Parts: sequence; structure tokens; C-alpha cells
Amino acid sequence: MYVAVKGGERAIENAHRLLAHTRRGDRDVPELTLAQISEQLGLSVDRVMGEGSLYDRELAALAIKQARGDLIEAIFLVRAFRATLPRFGATEPVETGAMQVQRRVSSTFKDIPGGQILGPTFDYTHRLLDPNLAQGFEPEAPATAEASDTPTPRVTDILGRDGLIESSPRAAADTIVGDLTREPLDFPAARDLRLQNLARADEGFLLALGYSTQRGYGRNHPFAGEIRFGEVEVEFFAEEVGFAVPLGSLELTECQMVNQFKGSATEAPCFTRGYGLAFGQSERKTMSMALVDRSLRARELGEDVTAPAQDEEFVMSHSDNVQATGFVEHLKLPHYVDFQSELGLLRKLRKEFAEADAPPSLKEAAE
Amino acid sequence: MNAPTYNFAYLDEQTKRMIRRAILKAIAIPGYQVPFASREMPMPYGWGTGGVQVTAAILGPTDVLKVIDQGSDDTTNAISIRKFFAKTAGVATTTATADATVIQTRHRIPEAPLRAGQVLVYQVPIPEPLRFLEPRETETRRMHALAEYGLMHVKLYEDIARFGHIATAYAYPVKVNARYVMDPSPTPKFDNPKMDNCPALQLFGAGREKRIYAIPPYTSVVSLDFADHPFTRYRFDAPCALCGAGDSYLDEIVTDDSGSRMFVCSDTDYCEGRQAEGHRGTESAAPHKERPHG
Repeated sequence: MYVAVKGGERAIENAHRLLAHTRRGDRDVPELTLAQISEQLGLSVDRVMGEGSLYDRELAALAIKQARGDLIEAIFLVRAFRATLPRFGATEPVETGAMQVQRRVSSTFKDIPGGQILGPTFDYTHRLLDPNLAQGFEPEAPATAEASDTPTPRVTDILGRDGLIESSPRAAADTIVGDLTREPLDFPAARDLRLQNLARADEGFLLALGYSTQRGYGRNHPFAGEIRFGEVEVEFFAEEVGFAVPLGSLELTECQMVNQFKGSATEAPCFTRGYGLAFGQSERKTMSMALVDRSLRARELGEDVTAPAQDEEFVMSHSDNVQATGFVEHLKLPHYVDFQSELGLLRKLRKEFAEADAPPSLKEAAE
Repeated sequence: MNAPTYNFAYLDEQTKRMIRRAILKAIAIPGYQVPFASREMPMPYGWGTGGVQVTAAILGPTDVLKVIDQGSDDTTNAISIRKFFAKTAGVATTTATADATVIQTRHRIPEAPLRAGQVLVYQVPIPEPLRFLEPRETETRRMHALAEYGLMHVKLYEDIARFGHIATAYAYPVKVNARYVMDPSPTPKFDNPKMDNCPALQLFGAGREKRIYAIPPYTSVVSLDFADHPFTRYRFDAPCALCGAGDSYLDEIVTDDSGSRMFVCSDTDYCEGRQAEGHRGTESAAPHKERPHG
């Protein structure tokens, strides 16, 4: 008797119908709105925008809702949509030194011009489950004060004035920024492409790699020079009018790691940089990114490449969670044709093994 | 929020042009892996995004598309991809190999001989035949450039020394046009000889790995082997239980929990065609087909 093993069109349709039903959950519970996701699950939205490479809170919230809260699935939805969008060009570099900071901390100085600003952070909270939240309650209004107009220069710029840290390389004005979503990646990759890859990379993957450098697999002696989160203006140079026009503003997190460097025959010892940047408030991501960016500079800085986090091809080829999840999960697809081929080979090898191993008397008996 | 609208066959024309350029280069250098700016498709990487992009780039409104997975038109992913193009390109689809102008496939080459004018598009997971011998792209590209394939022959030799046979049952490496060693995608090695001197154009798309390669019509494709260990095809030695074919690749189907099995053609179109012509196997009375799909 023949057992039907082929999937059917109706089976797919029914599975998707069931998915939609399951996504909705108990229909007596009010349905989530995109505004609720965007407002109350803001850090999920930030991660989806960052790794999805598309700054759009509403679409990211929609993706999270559609993906039933599976953030990698949501990132995938955003990426697939992004791939269809026309590209007008690249904006002017954003000036993070002029950021309207909501949070800004440096671990390298006790105090810094503009001050340390804790902002909205989990840091120093005691991780005790809060029964108030379970019931729903109105939190206190936040404390307020006069806005300060003191500038908040980047800590690395302060170090840079004394030449204690390498200067950030400045690209020539007409340099075209690389885009690995438009050109296939080639190794060795320039730092702009490496940073783009890391900015889109899976947070967990970068976290683990960054952590591995701290535990000695390519250690690079980091200090969190500065982590800042806030709003920056985005400008686009419009050919038609001949100057840069503001497009709006973005929320960004930037992390600059300050790392040791011994110097070389031609260069005086100075600190080096690792850089992390992501949409929204994404501190774990940007800190991990900065650690990995610095360790990927090993070759450039004449360090031995011994650890996974220093290996550009290894890191960049495996950092993308949309690629990774697709390929891992494709093992769900039928492979029975190849499996059959392996079965045939295995049966043959086992038969030969049994024949070769059998004691002579048995062999004769079998013959 | 604007409702997204998509171009014919989903991809925008600029992207198609970029992919077509890569395809032309691939045809000009048979077996060479051409890097291309693979896009994020609305299906996951590893589920045929390379094949889908190649198909999208070559599809015209008058094309007739067939999509198979494991040789069958009815497997879920084949249905999903066929529906994708029926929806985004509105092209005619078919399950008949002979009627198709473009055939997208995963893991099989149809049993019916392909003819001139047809295009076979393979979905490729890992395009690099040397990948599992040398994981670094920088290294393998150099090895191809220098035609330095000793490592592959050593691997095949070691198989023979250890197992008495070349222990590669699928994705069996081939040499194309006497120059590039190529991964035929994970087709069983049974299908390798069909690639040689084939009248149809064969295109290979690897989306995640961002590579396209090609075998132009009537190109020599030789499975790697040794004079004293020549390449052999593997096929389970039985006729198809449904159509009685003695020359087709067979799926092994477990029919109960006491180890009973039956063997039937993996190419469903081939099998159905033979049954329609009156060929019968031992089990052919059993209905094996789902209702025809649109």
C-alpha cells in the first residue's frame, strides 16, 4: 500500500490559516496594536530595526506582531521588504557628537564635559519580578530639570586632542560607502563593509564573540570609552539644490571602546578604537559590536590572528541571523532523494564490511 | 503605510539586469562561480532563494514554469515556489517536463531528456565543491584560479583507501568543460551523466552564498573518478512499483512499522506519464496522486 508522503497545496493553505489563528491567540484577550508594541516593547522594535536595517518603528512593530514575537522572523520580514525598496543614495555622515543625548556614560573618566547621564537604563535595577506590572499600574511621572545647553563632546574626541588615541580615519568627500546588500562581499573586506555587516549581525552572535575576546580568545583590553544614546539629525545632499537637506532624526546608540595598543617601530603607543553603532537603544549590541570590530582589526594593527573573533571571514560569513536561520532550518525540507543515495551507499559498505569480517567458516556457510 | 506592490516576477528590473549579467558571465565561463549581489527574498535562505532569483531574472510572460523538489511537483517547497511565480509573474505552470520552458529544481534532474531551448535552474546550498576540504573562500577561489584540484583527488582517493569506494552519494563533483571543478548541487550522483552534453541550458543559483554558475548547452561534464575506480551510478535495483520503470531513480517508501518498503519513481511526472501510457508496476492499482493543483 502506498503512503502519501507528498505535501499538498491545501495542506500549506491550512497550515497558514492555523498559524494566523494561533497568532491571534485567545480571542477573548484584546488584540495587540502596533502602537502598543512600538511603545511598550520598544527594545524589541529597536533590535528589529537594527538587524533588519530599516529605520521604521511601525513596520518593525508590524513585523513583530506578524512573527508572533519571534524577533529573527521579524527581522527577516523587514529585510525582505527592505530589499524591494529603491535606493536614492547615502546620507551625510551623522554627527553623533551633536547628539541630543538621553543617556551617556563613560567608564574611563569619573566625570566628563556635559556629565554622565544615566537615562532610562536597566543598570542598577534589582532584577526582582515586579508584581505591580503584572496587574498594570501607572508609573510615576519622570523627574525633570532645566535642559542643559552644555555640549556633550565624545569622550574619544577628548582623548584624541592629546593624541592619546588613534584618530578616526576620515573618508574623502567623494568616497562611495560600500553596501554589502548591493555588492557581493569579497575578502578581505574594507572596514565600512565590516561595520555594516556587524551592524546587521545577530546580537547574540556578537555578544558571544565579544565575550570570547574578554575571556582570552583574542583579548584586546577594552574600556568602555563611551556609550551614548539619543537623537541625531539625518541630512541628505540633494544634487538639485546643491546643499544638504535635513530628512529627519534617528535614535541611535553609539559605543566607542578604547583599547590598548603597544605601538610599533613607526608609531608611538596610543589607544585604539572599536566602534559600535545601532538604531534605537541597543547597548548590548553596540558594546559587543565594538569589541568585535576592534578584534577584527587585528591584521591591520599587526596582531596575531589566533581567535575566532579576529577571523574576518569566519565572523562575517556567520554573523547574519537571517542567513543562518534559513540554512539551519532548511534541514526541515525534504532531503529523501539524497538520503536514499546515502542509504544505498551505506548498505553496500555494511554488506562488504560484514563479508570481510565474517570468520572463514561462517563465510563458507554463507556461500 | 503603503501596501507593497511588486514588479513582474517580484524582482525590480535593475536587480534582474544585475543577475542577468552574472548569468551571462557564468555561461561564458562554464563551471565558474560568479559572485552576484543576491537579494533578500521573501522566502528563507537555504530554501531556494538562489534558484528563485535566477528564475525571476530569466522568466518572460510566455514561459511555462515547472518546479520540482526531490523530483516531485507536489512537495511543499516546490508548490510554494510555483505559487510564488504564478502569483508574481502570472506565468503558466506545468508539471510536464516536456511542456516546460523553465524548470526550477532542487536535488533532482528530470528523467525525461531535456531539449534545446529549455532552461534547468538548480537551487544550490553550497556552491563551492572544495568547501568541505577548505572552508575559506579566499583559499578556494585561489585553488580554482590555479586549477589546483589535487586536494579533491586526494579526498576521493582516501575514500577508496578507507571504504573501497568513493563515498560520495550526492553532490558528486564534476569537471566542466575540462576546466572548473563544480558542485552539481545535492543531486544524487545517479543524475550526473544527464548534465553531460545536455541540449538544455543549466543554471545554478546559490542565494545565501551569492554565487551563480552555469553549464551552457552541449558542454562536457565529467564526474571525477580514477581509471581503476570509474564513476558508477547508484540506483536501487528494482522496477518502480507503480510504473515498472527500470531506469528511473527510486524513492524508498516505508509502508508500515514492520519494515515493509516499496520503491517508486522520484520523478512523479515521469512516473505518471508512464502509467498513462499503460505501464504498470506491482502496486499500480493504488491511487498515489493528490488532486491536480492549479
